[in-house]
Amino acid sequence: MEIVELQLKAAQIRKDLLTIIHRAKTGHTGGSLSNTDILTALYYRVMNIDPDHPQDENRDRFVLSKGHSVESLWSILADRGFFAKEELLTYSQFGTRLIGHPNNKVPGIEMNTGALGHGLAVSVGMALAAKRFGKKYRTYCLMGDGEQAEGSVWEGAMAGAHYKLDNLIGIIDRNRLQISGPTDEVMGLEPLEEKWASFGWHVVSIDGNDMQELVQTFEAVPQVADKPTLVMANTVKGKGVSFAENVAHWHHHVPNDAEWEKALSELDSSIEKLKREGQVC
Amino acid sequence: MNTIANRQVICETLLNLAKDDQDIMVLASDSRGSAAMAPFANEFPNQFVEVGIAEQNIVGISAGLAHSGKKPFVTSPACFLSMRSIEQIKVDVAYSATNVKLIGISGGVSYGALGMSHHSVQDIAVARAIPGLSVILPADRHETKRMTEALVNHVGGVYVRIGRNPVEDVYESGDYEFLIGKAVTMREGTDITIIAAGETVRVALDAHEALKEAGISCRVLNMHTIKPLDEEAIVKAAKETGAIITVEEHSVLGGLGAAVAEVVVQHQPVPMRILGIPDEPAIAGKTPEVFKHYGISADNLKRVALQLLGQ
Repeated sequence: MEIVELQLKAAQIRKDLLTIIHRAKTGHTGGSLSNTDILTALYYRVMNIDPDHPQDENRDRFVLSKGHSVESLWSILADRGFFAKEELLTYSQFGTRLIGHPNNKVPGIEMNTGALGHGLAVSVGMALAAKRFGKKYRTYCLMGDGEQAEGSVWEGAMAGAHYKLDNLIGIIDRNRLQISGPTDEVMGLEPLEEKWASFGWHVVSIDGNDMQELVQTFEAVPQVADKPTLVMANTVKGKGVSFAENVAHWHHHVPNDAEWEKALSELDSSIEKLKREGQVC
Repeated sequence: MNTIANRQVICETLLNLAKDDQDIMVLASDSRGSAAMAPFANEFPNQFVEVGIAEQNIVGISAGLAHSGKKPFVTSPACFLSMRSIEQIKVDVAYSATNVKLIGISGGVSYGALGMSHHSVQDIAVARAIPGLSVILPADRHETKRMTEALVNHVGGVYVRIGRNPVEDVYESGDYEFLIGKAVTMREGTDITIIAAGETVRVALDAHEALKEAGISCRVLNMHTIKPLDEEAIVKAAKETGAIITVEEHSVLGGLGAAVAEVVVQHQPVPMRILGIPDEPAIAGKTPEVFKHYGISADNLKRVALQLLGQ
């Protein structure tokens, strides 16, 4: 998919995720909106995946370590045909498979997550298996920035570098906000890039809401032999919805009817503009 | 009397099986020595992963390996493996249904004088509360060998607890079928049943002899699998012998005794006693000294049995 098509797709995914959250009256709006561009780049362009063969042994693996922002992932998996789009309407309903965190009973989900600080270690195991036993797949692990306060993240970081896993890509959705406010007020993270570099990772810092940069970065991995890559994706929490952008409250605020309609109309305007200009301004 | 520790038996068995099975992997957390896994690490470096002192990481990495079709055996001290990484066990192993075998080494009070930080006497309670996780305590070298062979072919998360030191044999040979979830009747009896697991099976067998001298016919069940529990054997024992004593190297809260009691009170209420380590930091000392202190002994089992039978 070309960049402008990916941008259009991301806008549509944002509409879908807002709709399932609005309908279910629960969800993690801000973080799902911030990571939508990252997931769109991966699922529509970068990763080797096949919805008709979700268990293919050569498929690329994706682990959503920040499992709470699953609404963008559910919307994408449905759109890519891993399950019927109508099932999205069951999100967070009693007995659904589409719960508020990744659930590997659903095709396309590799691991159950939700408890923060777990995804990277699991991804190290997947990447290590590929490296040791000659498999070609890559493993992508998306973490939150607030999640970096979990000590287990750094155990995984250490092991990824120790085992020279250049088939492992860690991504941080660096939106700088968590439930209680700015990440650096809750628990200082800086210098975050230097920390990852000092743990032996090749670190790339990009605009995580810029589709062109995301695609170029992911397609250029590995840039350094024998080193895992950490993509510091600087994003905006609540991206794409003017009144939700950079507002910590929207971490798990649910749009009311008026907010939902306004958000959808803003995204529709973005879509119109993209179609008109063939690019994002 | 055998002089091989169960951890050594696991290593030898895996070494043997790994020759024909490239999927078997062993992981250690700076514990290849204490887990007796150094021979495996030397023989199969490609199937061995050193994680360093990081118990959360070792479980997560194992789950990732299992997700990719491997059969990881995590070997790490039971005290840390069962507590420090319990969330990874819950989410990455049990909830995600990954085929990880967690081998808690030096469990119970086998770290002796190292104190409460290194004693592992809450691990059974913690592990058996997790849906989908099996819990096994093998009794001696024969059973450990059979269990390890069974685990290689068993798909699913399992927590195994073994001790540190050589254990006296309770089986004459390994010539029997080890079935996960199926208790072994070690001695027949009609007056009372003692149910034990792991290293306390030896104590129960000695109690059987002591009770025989007192004219009491005591059944001994080796409940090597605490989850899934062999409820049928427990109900049968309650019906046929009318009284049950459990004995374990674990807190009396939430372990073997509690698991048996849950079955007994719901299906076949009979008088019961639970012997184990009381709800306190276990006293430091060699395993036999600690056992003696808490009445995990043939003498005390005999005394409790006679009391329970009103004699």
